Amino acid sequence: MSHLAVALDPFGWHPAAWRRSTFDPTAGLRADHWVRLARQAQSGLLDFVTFEDAPGLQSSRYEAVDTRTDQVRGRLDAVLVAARLAPLTQGLGLVPTASTTFAEPFHVSTAIATLDFVSDGRAGWRPQVHGRAEDARLFGLRSLPPWSPSALTPETQAVIRSLFAEAQDVVEVVRWLWDSWEDDAVIRDPGTGRFLDRDRLHHVDFTGEYFSVKGPSITPRPPQGQPPVIALAHARVPYEFAARSADVVLVTPADTEDAARIVAEVRAAEADVGRSLPPLLVFADLLTFLDTDSGTAEARRAELDELDGQPLSSDAAIRATTATQLAEELEAWERTGIAGFRLRPGEVAVDLSRITDQLVPLLQSRGTFRRSYTGSTLREQLGLTRPANRYVVLGGAARTPSPRPGQTPEDPS
Amino acid sequence: MTATATRQQPRKQVHLAAHFPGVNNHTVWSDPQAGSQIAFSSFAHLARTAERGRFDFFFLAEGLRVREHHGRLHELDVAGRPNTTAVLAALASVTDRIGLAGTLSTTFNEPYELARQIASLDHLSGGRAAWNAVTSPDAFTGANFRRGGYLDPSLRYSRAREFALTVRELWDSWAADDLVGDRGTGRFLRRGEAGSFAHAGDQFDIAGRFAVPPSPQRHPVVLQAGDSEGGREFAAAAADVAFTRHSGFEDGQAYYVDVKRRLARYGRAPEDLKILPGATFALGDTEAEAQELAAHVRRQQVSPATAILLLELVWNRDLSGYDPDGPLPQVDPDLSGEPTVLRGRVGPTDPAATARKWRALAEERQLSIRDLVIEVTGRQSFIGTPAHVAAEIDRYVQNDAADGFILVPHLIPGGLDPFVDQVIPLLQERGVFRAEYTSDTLRGHLGLGPARPATAWAAASAHPPRDRTDAPAATATDSP
Repeated sequence: MSHLAVALDPFGWHPAAWRRSTFDPTAGLRADHWVRLARQAQSGLLDFVTFEDAPGLQSSRYEAVDTRTDQVRGRLDAVLVAARLAPLTQGLGLVPTASTTFAEPFHVSTAIATLDFVSDGRAGWRPQVHGRAEDARLFGLRSLPPWSPSALTPETQAVIRSLFAEAQDVVEVVRWLWDSWEDDAVIRDPGTGRFLDRDRLHHVDFTGEYFSVKGPSITPRPPQGQPPVIALAHARVPYEFAARSADVVLVTPADTEDAARIVAEVRAAEADVGRSLPPLLVFADLLTFLDTDSGTAEARRAELDELDGQPLSSDAAIRATTATQLAEELEAWERTGIAGFRLRPGEVAVDLSRITDQLVPLLQSRGTFRRSYTGSTLREQLGLTRPANRYVVLGGAARTPSPRPGQTPEDPS
Repeated sequence: MTATATRQQPRKQVHLAAHFPGVNNHTVWSDPQAGSQIAFSSFAHLARTAERGRFDFFFLAEGLRVREHHGRLHELDVAGRPNTTAVLAALASVTDRIGLAGTLSTTFNEPYELARQIASLDHLSGGRAAWNAVTSPDAFTGANFRRGGYLDPSLRYSRAREFALTVRELWDSWAADDLVGDRGTGRFLRRGEAGSFAHAGDQFDIAGRFAVPPSPQRHPVVLQAGDSEGGREFAAAAADVAFTRHSGFEDGQAYYVDVKRRLARYGRAPEDLKILPGATFALGDTEAEAQELAAHVRRQQVSPATAILLLELVWNRDLSGYDPDGPLPQVDPDLSGEPTVLRGRVGPTDPAATARKWRALAEERQLSIRDLVIEVTGRQSFIGTPAHVAAEIDRYVQNDAADGFILVPHLIPGGLDPFVDQVIPLLQERGVFRAEYTSDTLRGHLGLGPARPATAWAAASAHPPRDRTDAPAATATDSP
């Protein structure tokens, strides 16, 4: 049975999508618009939707903010958008992006835990490294060297490794904070006058190279225990980050052969880092334009390219095709070990409903997609069990998070 | 009841907010009606009840470290709370008109991120967002954050004021007409520099382009909850609402006149800052019933274990060997060091004087430790029949002891229901409280005019803030 997710964008993943859409140009700032999109996704019984975010403004170039005036600029905090949708959706997982570079790990842990409470267990988190030098200036706390993914020097590669090492620490401490309250920590015992049992709360006492966090969290353990961590990765360093830290990895194969190669590389990364969690669910990202014939889909894409003044480029494979052809390709990719897909609709106004109303029924008729939501939590949709609390598993013996390889343990007592 | 109010002038309107009960002993968890402290349904119930009562806003406190008692996690009070902005965003989906105010520290956040979140909340709520700016200088809380450590108390209001100003600059970084969105011409932005900002000050040196286009209120409402000299000046210089502890009539009037007179210094009119003390209530069909309920709730709030704890807070010693139903300890408070008994909660300003006063009262009235603590800590602000409480609130407001109140029920989730059912209709009958919302935004509910630009705030605030370190701090913990 396959898994299907959508990467929501208010207009779509083609930068000119806003120009063909009938949505209000401020739609990305409007709760009612997001509610409509989420409910559309929910109607297709999707596992989850993701919400893009970054500290700074969108840009057509990775390395810096541009001054283009013809593309959508400005967006809302992704965690808050997801929280806004939670009371108005059911079944659908809500997976916002939060930065591992600039956000406070403590705030991220309580934000995702709270999303899990307000959604009754449908929260996930997409941790993302943000390495743009200009983003660092927004905070003024650290400086990052300017760099471009197309021209990596040994120095910038060292910076990238360091950002991912920090990301690993952030996810690690967030996971310990989620477990820092045992499920039954609130006892409400009138006899002793105690609301809490302090033995069921834990200081996380995390000390790493980049920050330290004392704990425990101010927020009790979320309904899922550990909301799924979902990481996008394109290369070995982020594959290893996902292998150490994530439950789901989003990858970007070019074709079936590439999908097989990437799955193998992810499995190799898991072995190299000695992954202790269940094996990663590998999801493939695809940017899609769907029409009743592929010529129409291609023409639609070409029209958007024309409006944008350049051909669409993406880290993910682009498919302008029919739902039938896409379904066949997804099945071929699944045979290589891909567990699910995150589709990026080229034009939300058109392609989101093509996914939910055409692709999903096709997959259902082939018996490879659910006909109703079977679980109530995101972990259940993904086939993940609710994990035992790490502190309960460890008992009283070890109260300190395991250090990253090469890191000196602090007070292992 | 309103003899001192001038009859000819239109009556001042009362402003009300509902405070989600905090993590302290005022929140009663032992009552059979006490619900979950963390389930979303508890937050939704209180926010909807307040909206049914046409309250101005729902209010959430924040504390960023679980409290500790003698170096161990504090067990007696309710604990566990959500992330402030995330739960407010969810509440925007189950309410339509009520304002949504959250406490966020100026110490353990950065202006860019906070401005982005509050502006996002303002968009997602259609103009109902508010930020309660508090300072938290302690290293105890800092141990949970990248920033870590300790902020010199003398800097905390310098940082807070520059923080608030920087946030307003970010909110102003887009011109109102920067987002064009013209499909025909393909022009989304009017100019390629939309959102550009640069702030270079003592505390913050940041620049770039802000990610969030102007929100419905443009400047969401800013609250301030500090009571020191520095806090009062911060309120006058930077805030739209002051959340105070002065819920008594005379001290309320004294605070009110003191802070309102400071406004002129910053080019502001008295009505530009609303003063809302935190207040509690106990209602009954008769005066006697209300008093009986008040006493019952006070005993629930001060359990035997809590009585010892609150005494330790003043004595700054381990008193766990004393009988809560027995007399006060013979030993005097330990004034030798930093308060260490209960961390994460504000202690008394002058423990020696407080202890002398408590001892005198206990001797005079032959009170046990628990009875004394019940008597001297946190009595309800308004006790009586609904008619009496409505009249009292009106009297306070008409006589400038307050512009309204931030009400803190003692029970989750239903603690505000009796007030909304019984007192609100009487305030409406008196013509001092709205029967229906007349605005879509929180600024509108509060009668605040259009947002004043950051440049005007900066110009009016050009003289340096006066910090003092001898007064009690506003912290990120629960207020009154």
